[in-house]
Amino acid sequence: MFLIHCPYCDEKRPENEFAYAGEAHIARPADPSALDDKDWESYLYIRANPRGRHHERWRHIHGCGRFFNAVRDTVSDKFESTYKAGEPRK
Amino acid sequence: MMRYSAFSLFAQALKKHQDWPEFWPDAAPKPAYDAIIVGAGGHGLGAAYYLAKKYGIRNVAVIEKGWLGGGNTGRNTTIIRSNYLYDESAHLYDHAVKLWDGLSQDLNFNVMYSKRGVMMLAHNVHDIQSFKRHIHANRLNGVDNEWLTPEQAKAYCPPLNISPDARYPVLGAALQRRGGTARHDSVAWGYARAASGLGVDIIQNCAVTGIRRGSDGAVQGVETTRGYIAAKKVGVSAAGNTSVIMDMAGLRFPLESYPLQALVSEPVKPVFPCVVMSNTVHAYMSQSDKGELVIGAGTDQYVSYSQRGALHIIEHTLAAITEIFPFTARMRMLRSWGGIVDVTPDRSPILGKTPVPGLYVNCGWGTGGFKATPGAGDLLAYTMAHDAPHRINAPFTLERFRTGRLIDEAAAAAVAH
Repeated sequence: MFLIHCPYCDEKRPENEFAYAGEAHIARPADPSALDDKDWESYLYIRANPRGRHHERWRHIHGCGRFFNAVRDTVSDKFESTYKAGEPRK
Repeated sequence: MMRYSAFSLFAQALKKHQDWPEFWPDAAPKPAYDAIIVGAGGHGLGAAYYLAKKYGIRNVAVIEKGWLGGGNTGRNTTIIRSNYLYDESAHLYDHAVKLWDGLSQDLNFNVMYSKRGVMMLAHNVHDIQSFKRHIHANRLNGVDNEWLTPEQAKAYCPPLNISPDARYPVLGAALQRRGGTARHDSVAWGYARAASGLGVDIIQNCAVTGIRRGSDGAVQGVETTRGYIAAKKVGVSAAGNTSVIMDMAGLRFPLESYPLQALVSEPVKPVFPCVVMSNTVHAYMSQSDKGELVIGAGTDQYVSYSQRGALHIIEHTLAAITEIFPFTARMRMLRSWGGIVDVTPDRSPILGKTPVPGLYVNCGWGTGGFKATPGAGDLLAYTMAHDAPHRINAPFTLERFRTGRLIDEAAAAAVAH
């Protein structure tokens, strides 16, 4: 089980306080009606799924309830850092 | 390749069993092949076997970064069934179940396919309605599936607790009698031995590091840790690592790779006659021929390539198993492990051509690829040999995520993930 640092609570808490929320930094289209099928495919379904550094969202669902971002290595499962939503990609 | 028979057993017995040949020879890569399969799991070895056996392409190599059958083929719970809701899925999975029948004879190797039945328990009104819908849809597609009352379910699987006082009472069950289990290692070894006997090279400890493409964009071959190997047709059957391989060809895929854990108990005498799954209580169990209870449930929640998961997932799984089968509460668990499953957004596989000419893919089987092993191998081989999909795998394109023609089988998973 992971110990995850919540950047809002500023505490390391066990994984079962958190919910994983998928890849981070996928921006909602500003003008959805302008998108073609290729753009929709990319936004909805295509994922980086890297072997290595992964930017991902977590939610401290049994804590402060807020979403934040994390960088984790998907081979070692080690967290590099966590940072607040809205902060630039690390 | 030596043909196994009662006679060969007798002849070897006279030689004190000192003269059995190896299953297949270890091969070193040649400079070029007609076709390369990336990934020596059941699916990839199956594809190589059917390429050589049915489709006449014998100059084939299977390359594997680790050891044969060491990925999800050796890490699953070996359950076979085809009771999927939609027409496309029912045809796809039933194609595999039909091939399981007779596979041991076909390969001259006992894969221990046991039609012991797969039973899915209904615990509430929604389960009953959903399972009955599946049963009707399956029967229209010629797939056997039948409704059992709690008493009939108990008669089929005596360890089942059908007391109305149970916390999650069993209100009925859907039973696919042709469903069951097979021995995972035998499947990999059987395909490897039979394919090797037809001239296929099986090359282990050989990781793909790049895919070389010509000026027309078509595949020319693969770069590996053991040098460049040329081939005009490359089929990727790499499960959790598919995204990584496709990235080498400049393709981005609608896949995410998650750890899926399973575990076995200490071996005991036969106590459990079939496979039982409960989506509501959230676990499934069967007993292997070695006597271990084989147990599984949901994936870990995050993307990972680590081939292991967290203990709280196993605690949750065992809590569910002891709820349904209280007799397991005092058993010792022997081993647990994790595999990396590649999951698509609609929980259906991608099996067919890619935008790169000469590059074919078989991926996205998620948490349920073992049951499809012979079918997936056959259909990948067909698609590579004809440069066009078979009508069974034609709907399972990569393009469906662009056109929106998804095959949304999420509701048919054994347990929700």
